Amino acid sequence: MSPHPTLHGGSGCHDACCLQVRGLTVTAEDADLLKDVDLHIHCGQIVAVIGPNGAGKSTLFRAILGQLPYSGEIRFERAGGRRTRPLVGYVPQSPAFDSGDPVSVLDLFASAIGRWPVFLPIPSSLRQRVSACLDRVHAGELIDKRVGALSGGELQRVLLAMALEPLPHILILDEPMSGVDIEGEHQLMDMLHEIRSTYDLSILLSTHDFATLEQYADKVVLLRQSVLKVGTPREVLASPEFQSVFHLTFGKGAE
Amino acid sequence: MELWYSLISLLPLDWARADGMTFMKNALLAILVVSPLFGLLSTMVVTNRMSFFSDALGHSAFTGIAIGVLCGLAEPLWCAVVFAVALALLFTLVRRHTKLASDTVIGVFSSTAVALGIFIATLGGGSFTRFNAYLIGDILSVEPVKIALLAVILVLVLILWLVSFNQLMLASVHPALADSRGIRVVWQEALFSSAVAVVVTLSMTWVGLLVINSFLVLPGAAARNVARNMRQYHLLCVVFALAAGLAGLQLSYVLGSSTGACITLCLAVLFAASLLLGRLRR
Repeated sequence: MSPHPTLHGGSGCHDACCLQVRGLTVTAEDADLLKDVDLHIHCGQIVAVIGPNGAGKSTLFRAILGQLPYSGEIRFERAGGRRTRPLVGYVPQSPAFDSGDPVSVLDLFASAIGRWPVFLPIPSSLRQRVSACLDRVHAGELIDKRVGALSGGELQRVLLAMALEPLPHILILDEPMSGVDIEGEHQLMDMLHEIRSTYDLSILLSTHDFATLEQYADKVVLLRQSVLKVGTPREVLASPEFQSVFHLTFGKGAE
Repeated sequence: MELWYSLISLLPLDWARADGMTFMKNALLAILVVSPLFGLLSTMVVTNRMSFFSDALGHSAFTGIAIGVLCGLAEPLWCAVVFAVALALLFTLVRRHTKLASDTVIGVFSSTAVALGIFIATLGGGSFTRFNAYLIGDILSVEPVKIALLAVILVLVLILWLVSFNQLMLASVHPALADSRGIRVVWQEALFSSAVAVVVTLSMTWVGLLVINSFLVLPGAAARNVARNMRQYHLLCVVFALAAGLAGLQLSYVLGSSTGACITLCLAVLFAASLLLGRLRR
C-alpha cells in the first residue's frame, strides 16, 4: 500500500479516502451531547481530539462506531469518490480486566475475531493468525499470557492488535495514554506512526496529554459539544479558544 | 434404564449389584449428567459475576413450588420451573435497563421471592415443615424422567456454548470491546440464565435448596485458582464437578448424610486445595 498523493492536508481530496462528519448532533435526555460537529479526516492522518471531561469525545467516537442514534452525516469516501460504510477499529478506554479471569490473550483475541469456540482446543491455523496479528504490534510473545497479568502498555498493544483485525479504514483510540507510563506512551506513539505509514489508515484518538501532541498529531480538534478549533497542534494550543476552555490565564499569575 | 442398571452392576460397590439399590443407581446416572452441566454453567456464572443471581434463582424455585402447592398441582415442580425461568428472564431484562448495581437488583428480587414463598406456604396457618424436604434435598427423589430432561438440557447448553460462547465471554470480560464489535448478547444471556433456572429447579429436590448454589459457584471458583486459559478452565470445572459429585455420592451413602451437602463439602475441599496450589505456583 502506498500513501496517497494528497496525504497530509491539501484542499482537494478526490484522490484520497477520507472520513467526513457533517452537522453531527447527538441528543440525550433533552441535552445536546454533540451539536453540529463538522470533521474532515484524510487517511494517513493522526488526529487528536481534546476537550474537558464531558466534552463529547467518547460520544463522537460512539457515533462514528454506529452505537448511538444521531442526526447529521457520517460518511466515508474511498479514493475515487466511492462511498461506503467505514470499517472502524476501536481501542476502548482504560481497559480493566479482572486479574483472576482465566482468559489468555489468545482466548480474548480468538473470541473477538472468529467463531471457533475458545473453550475447545484451538486449531493451529487460528493460533498462527492471532500470532501474526500480535506481531503487527510487536506483541507476539504475549499470546499465552493471562489478560489480567498484562501491564497497561502490554494490554494497550493487544487491544490495538485486535482493533487492526480486520484491517480498518479508521482506527479510533479512546484515551490511549491513560493507564500507560511514559515508556509505554512513547512505544504507543512509535507504534501509531508505524501503523499509519504501513497501513495508510486514519487514526483518531482522544487525549488529555497536551505536552506530547506536537510529536505525533497532524491535526488537533478542540471539542466542547461542538468543534471550537481545528488546526495543527501549535495553532490549537496557542488559540484563545483553548485557553478559555481550560481556564488558562497565562501572564496574570506572574504579575 | 435397563441397560444402565446392567452396566452399573459391574461396579464393585455393594449398592450397585443387580439386586442393589435402584435409587443409588439413578442418583449415579443423575450425577454423571448433572456434573458436566453444572461444571459448564459454572464457568460463566463465576466469570459473569452471577453467583448471587443463581442463589436467588434457587430461592425463587422454592416460591414456585409454594405457588404450585397453593394451586393444588399434583407436581408443583413444573410450576417452580416456569416461575424460575420467568424470574431469570425478568432479571436479565431489569439488569440491562436499570442504573442500580446488579447485586442490588438481585437482592430486591431474591428477598421478594422468598417472602412471597413463605407467605404462600404459611397462608392460613399452614405449617412450613412440609417444605423442609426442598431445603435439605432427598436423593430418593431422583426420577429417570427428570434425568432424561437434564440430559436434554445438557445437550442444549452444549449447543449454546458452541454457538455463542465467544460472544458471551467477550461481553462478560470486556463489555466495551464487545460493544464495539457489534456483539449483542441479550438473547444468549436470556438463554443462559433460563438454563441455569431450569437446572437449579430440577436438581433442587434431591440436592437441596440450601446448598445447590455451591454447585454453580464452587467448580468455577476452584478452577479459576489454577486455570490460565479458557480450555484449562472448562476442563477443570467439569472434572472438579464430576469428581466431587461421585465422591460426594459415595460419601453420603457410607455416612448416611445428605448427598447435596456431601458433594458441596467435597467441592469446598477441592477449592481449598486449588487455592493452595495456585498460591504455591505464583
